Amino acid sequence: MTERPAVGPPARTRLRAAGLTLPLVAFVGFSFLFPLGTMLSRSVYDPLVADALPETLALLEEWDGETLPGEPVFAAAARELGTALEGRLVGRLGGRVNRVASGMRSVIVRGARAAAEAPAATARETLMGGDPAWGEPATWRAIRTADERFTVRHYLRALDLDRDAGGSIVRQPEELRIYVPLLLRTLMVSGAVTLLCLLLGYPIAHLIANAPPRRARWLILLVLVPFWTSLLVRTTAWIVLLQTHGVVNSLLVALGIVADDGRIAMIYNMTGTLVAMTHVLLPFMVLPLYSVMRTIPPHFMRAASSLGANRRQSFFRVYWPLTLPGTAAGSLLVFILAIGYYITPALVGGSSGQLFSNMIAFHMQTSLNWGLAAALGGILFVVVGALYVVYDRLVGASSLKLG
Amino acid sequence: MFGLRDGAVSRALYLAFCAFVFVFLVAPILVIVPLSFNAEPYFTFTEGMLRLDPDAWSLRWYDALVEDARWGRALANSLGIGVAAALLATVLGTVAALGLSNPAMPLRRLVTGILISPMVIPVIIAAAGMFFFYSDLRLTQSHFGLILAHAALGTPFVVITVTATLSGFDRNLVRASQSLGAGPLTTFRRVQLPLITPGVLSGALFAFAASFDEVVIVLFMGGLNQRTIPRQMWSGIREEISPTILAAATFLIAFALVFLFAVERLRSRTR
Repeated sequence: MTERPAVGPPARTRLRAAGLTLPLVAFVGFSFLFPLGTMLSRSVYDPLVADALPETLALLEEWDGETLPGEPVFAAAARELGTALEGRLVGRLGGRVNRVASGMRSVIVRGARAAAEAPAATARETLMGGDPAWGEPATWRAIRTADERFTVRHYLRALDLDRDAGGSIVRQPEELRIYVPLLLRTLMVSGAVTLLCLLLGYPIAHLIANAPPRRARWLILLVLVPFWTSLLVRTTAWIVLLQTHGVVNSLLVALGIVADDGRIAMIYNMTGTLVAMTHVLLPFMVLPLYSVMRTIPPHFMRAASSLGANRRQSFFRVYWPLTLPGTAAGSLLVFILAIGYYITPALVGGSSGQLFSNMIAFHMQTSLNWGLAAALGGILFVVVGALYVVYDRLVGASSLKLG
Repeated sequence: MFGLRDGAVSRALYLAFCAFVFVFLVAPILVIVPLSFNAEPYFTFTEGMLRLDPDAWSLRWYDALVEDARWGRALANSLGIGVAAALLATVLGTVAALGLSNPAMPLRRLVTGILISPMVIPVIIAAAGMFFFYSDLRLTQSHFGLILAHAALGTPFVVITVTATLSGFDRNLVRASQSLGAGPLTTFRRVQLPLITPGVLSGALFAFAASFDEVVIVLFMGGLNQRTIPRQMWSGIREEISPTILAAATFLIAFALVFLFAVERLRSRTR
């Protein structure tokens, strides 16, 4: 922070400074933050059923929930399902109700088809002709439950919680808990990658910081080569090296260390994710460490040893504390970047090396459970946001440097 | 200079460990280059390659790369989207950095947070959000939509590099220029811009590289006509593993080296 003049800058100067940032704030808001916000709002706001079946749901308000609803309800449902079928909404509608009670997807879809293609004398016979489950009150209860526009259900699922029959919140049975263990695993992998980066990065940052300027420039280039190389290229490189018939395994076989049929599985699992992510993120650790170590005068260490400290003492009592700002900056940066990693685990992680982001992509693209994807995204967002605030307080986001 | 204990042994261990880390950083990338000249469709060195038998080496994957129209289109897409996104990001980012580095800037912490957010927020969440929002605007499967999205991802880099150049900037120069009668625009053009040009250019290179290397948003928003180089590499890795992607990767490595040296040159000019 710069020191403030006693009076404070005139309002006009402040306005001009703010005005200069305004175009970019507006641009980032429109093209990035607003889409992010609408995505996150999907985790609590889900008007699909309410919009598709308004009349049915209005009639169900007065229903007792025990007996079978009357013919007007069936008629409204048949009509609105037919419209939904024309609008190609039935699949998503079915999926949405299916999340309340499993098995409902096909009930909804068959009911809608029957309403459109095989109308019988009464709407009730029409729907029950599509699927007999329409004759059970449970089906109607599921539809009525799925109508809420605002829901915490996605967040409950994302936190491995559920509502029991009485409506109180309980933890899922152990074998159904997926997302919390995955989040913990992602945090652990990010922590492991951060530690590995620190372990590998600290000595070379020290070496570069204390090398003569010419050599330091060359060594820093070696750190920057992977930094600038495409992520996809680096991931490909690890596949080439580590796969069963890749370079490392072939080398081990040729050297007789490993039998030809005993090749080691080093990729498409957690090892692959760890190794490739450490490689990708190592420059983000080395660069902040280096820029802090460069400013530590070498005579500090000489002073420590002339005062009788041995090398171990002078390292742990003098050098290490001085490098803490760089250690904190590098570690937080690596951890923040690791926690949201998607591409590397997707390509080299196999089934055991998938992380939280991969689950979000799965629900976005494969299961099409967008509400849950948004809730998982919301959780990831909160975790990263909290880490960013820590980073900003500790290191200062405005001091971020590249290379 | 020192290991933890006295003596040449710990010094040697320390150097050996550092050497190992440097090999770990660079070797995986360099290994790709010779393998892209493999005559066989394998991802490892054949015996012939190790004996330096000329028949074991070939340019066939480079032929395949050049002949495959998809790679050519991908290159054109990557360059077009990257240049447009970098231009947009550089103009907006430079102007914002001028405001941000003014000591009078109000709400600096909040605004910095907003401007840095595209770099910090996991791209998977952003990509999912953009997919919904941009498809409402009919901007998915369009080059324009990708340019907007990639420009947003590139702006933090420009803001950071330009702010860094400006932090060494003597504001008295602005005051001097103004006291000599120059308006804000003239001051910017004649005094500030020449001094921050290296920072602006390296910010532009960073922004271009951010777009050139981006694949998650392309996966979510791009159609067949918006396939970029990383997108093509992605399907290469997932679907049809062939050394063609090694040939493409070799090109990208050469590209990265050019960028690296360009940015280092610019950096040495700002010091």
